[in-house]
Amino acid sequence: MSAQPTLETQTYTITRADLVRYAEAGGDHNPIHQDESVAASVGLPGVIAHGMYTMGLAARAVTTWYPGAEVVSLGCKFTNPVVVPADGGVEIEVAGEAKDADGLTTVSLTVTCAGQKVLGMPKAVLRASGR
Amino acid sequence: MPVDQELVGRTFPPTRPYEVTEEKVRDFTEATAGEYAGGAAPPTYPIVVAFDAMNAFLEAVSVDLFRIVHGNQKFAYERPVVPGDVLTATLTVTSLRQIAGNDIIGTTSAIKDQTGALVCTTSATLVHRGAA
Repeated sequence: MSAQPTLETQTYTITRADLVRYAEAGGDHNPIHQDESVAASVGLPGVIAHGMYTMGLAARAVTTWYPGAEVVSLGCKFTNPVVVPADGGVEIEVAGEAKDADGLTTVSLTVTCAGQKVLGMPKAVLRASGR
Repeated sequence: MPVDQELVGRTFPPTRPYEVTEEKVRDFTEATAGEYAGGAAPPTYPIVVAFDAMNAFLEAVSVDLFRIVHGNQKFAYERPVVPGDVLTATLTVTSLRQIAGNDIIGTTSAIKDQTGALVCTTSATLVHRGAA
């Protein structure tokens, strides 16, 4: 058993331009991620980030901590919307804690926006590699 | 209008084959705060194909995408996605509940490569927000 590395909390800023770029790259053009009036029409508090974008940033933190590691599974619930203002951006923090068992490393994540958790039980399981 | 309960257990046809290229993987990597130096795609990349399957499903059941909010998402990987893969997703509706005027739709998509081998299985819960 090797000691677990300290996983340095990663911070990402999300802007409306990032959402446009993610929509293009990810093929998700749901207007609730672009258009204030559509978002409001379905009861959302404003334009929200794609859940998969926030999850993608959580996965980015994991691959930053464990470059090249094989990911066995990745999952989360989308518990609170990340509202992205028209001007400036919003910050997302991804913290992680790792445990080894049976040749696998389980990374339990905490993903917050302005101190509030936005993902429920985000977790990645990795095949233990050289690290 | 609530989604029809008879959908549970129904499997939709596979999506049109999607060719994974370095350019597409680079765009996705850079759009999720990364830098692409070749090789495997990011872990959430298979959503691109799963999303195609979801869109086809929503169209088949006449649900507007803007009424859908993502409830949860899970990936179980057989191997990473790499450029050169040609992927299809086959979506099955696994559960359907109504809560507070919303439909909670459980789906699972099997993502396979051009040899028919499973690359990953991904499950998603879609929240269909009813008309206000």
